[in-house]
Amino acid sequence: MKVLVSGKVKGIVLKSENPINFLGTVDKKTGIISDENHDLYQKPIKDTVLVFPSGVGSSVGAYTIYSIKSNKTAPLAMICKKADLTVATGCALANIPMITINDDEFNSIKNGMQISIDTESNQIHYQ
Amino acid sequence: MLELTKEEESALKGEQGEIMQMAHRILVATGEATDAEKLVPIEWAHLSGVNYNTIGDAGEEFLSSISNDARVKVKTTLNPMGFDNDNVSNYGLDENFISKQLSIRNSYETMGVIPSFSCIPYEIFDIPKDGTQVAFAESNAAIHANSYDNLKTNKESAFSALASALVGKSPYSSIRKEDSPNITIRMKVNDPNELTYGMLGFFAGKVGDTSVNISGLGEMDKRQTKAMCGGMGTSGTCAKFLFGEGDSDCEKIDFDEKEMQNVYDELNTAEKGDIITLGSPQLGLDEISDLTTKLKGRSFQKRCMVFMPRTVKEQSTKIGYTAELERAGCEILSDCCTCLSPLISKDNVDTVTTNSIKGAFYLKNSNGVGVNLKPLLQIVEDETR
Repeated sequence: MKVLVSGKVKGIVLKSENPINFLGTVDKKTGIISDENHDLYQKPIKDTVLVFPSGVGSSVGAYTIYSIKSNKTAPLAMICKKADLTVATGCALANIPMITINDDEFNSIKNGMQISIDTESNQIHYQ
Repeated sequence: MLELTKEEESALKGEQGEIMQMAHRILVATGEATDAEKLVPIEWAHLSGVNYNTIGDAGEEFLSSISNDARVKVKTTLNPMGFDNDNVSNYGLDENFISKQLSIRNSYETMGVIPSFSCIPYEIFDIPKDGTQVAFAESNAAIHANSYDNLKTNKESAFSALASALVGKSPYSSIRKEDSPNITIRMKVNDPNELTYGMLGFFAGKVGDTSVNISGLGEMDKRQTKAMCGGMGTSGTCAKFLFGEGDSDCEKIDFDEKEMQNVYDELNTAEKGDIITLGSPQLGLDEISDLTTKLKGRSFQKRCMVFMPRTVKEQSTKIGYTAELERAGCEILSDCCTCLSPLISKDNVDTVTTNSIKGAFYLKNSNGVGVNLKPLLQIVEDETR
């Protein structure tokens, strides 16, 4: 695992197989995915550990991540396969822990799992 | 793995305040995402994320919230905003846009940023000595800095450039370390004008990764080099071109009439324009001087918006160019640019004529208007009498 933004959290996994374009498909007030073609359509990402392949789209999406944090509708942490600058800088702005993991680890994470991350000790625990 | 100094570690832990902590978080996240092994000092940052059209309410609120405490540590200049305050009342912009834009301007000024509102910092500021590390977020400026000004910068994001300005350092990654392109583009189009070079840049940005070689270029004037940097910055992640054939194992790709036609067909969507825009990147003094000569005794038969930095406008006014352009019917705008301009809306304009590939891309995709591409010489011939 690679740590982009450090931190220590515990929460329930919300997993998507689709990349997320934060600008335009995540409602910056409610933190709900508003793109009907997305597999998380109408799901709130608030207080989840959000697991998805990577971010896509405009770098201004980083401000959306900052907004959902300010509006208290942001995930507790984000886990991706690939680090893209929009999600990395958005999480850095908002101080949301963010890590990347390899394909096998990504595949082993299931929706609804409880997961705890501690970047200090470089550990992820699943329950 | 990014190695931090003791001082950087302490900032990341929050021991130097919240702003420094956030700025270091951004540099670390950016550095890890781009495989940097350390941070390097920079001497100049150029920020994007100024136009309210692009950063919206979230950006405005963020900048406002940090501006009380955040101060830039190095010389920091700024991209264009959404309008020219001197004549904004002529354009029917709504009050909300104007007040949010002025708040953004105020936040940057409070942080100590030079309010240059220009996408051509390389043309209006002195260039530091060869090899100087800088952090430029504006894509055409980053490419120009790396390719023509012997500076070193990544194509920064709005956030990494801002964090670099606040810390005075940038992640040592990508083009700062490495510029040995694996692709050589061979320019095969005869008799090129600035539109041709814009299309060449756009093509290069699509096929290149971090840098490309370009061979077969003749003498180019400023208008043409800027067009090429602007075109390349628009279509991809590529941040530098090197001149020449490159190593023998480089993949060779021809930019010929057929490839040029493909770019043209992608971006040219209209037979003619309702209005004309000149400037994306903004025009420098050389281009203004040349435009004035081309327009001697002629006048535009439709609206023609001409975008330039405020400092260039001031010089032009002293020399007499401004008066001459206004006589020819030009609307002169400072502090803003064709790109992502709220002054051009599909509510009142269907199509725009321009010689800018960068401008065409954003007019088409962001403003949603039709675009008619022509080189400047032909615009003057067709649209003035």
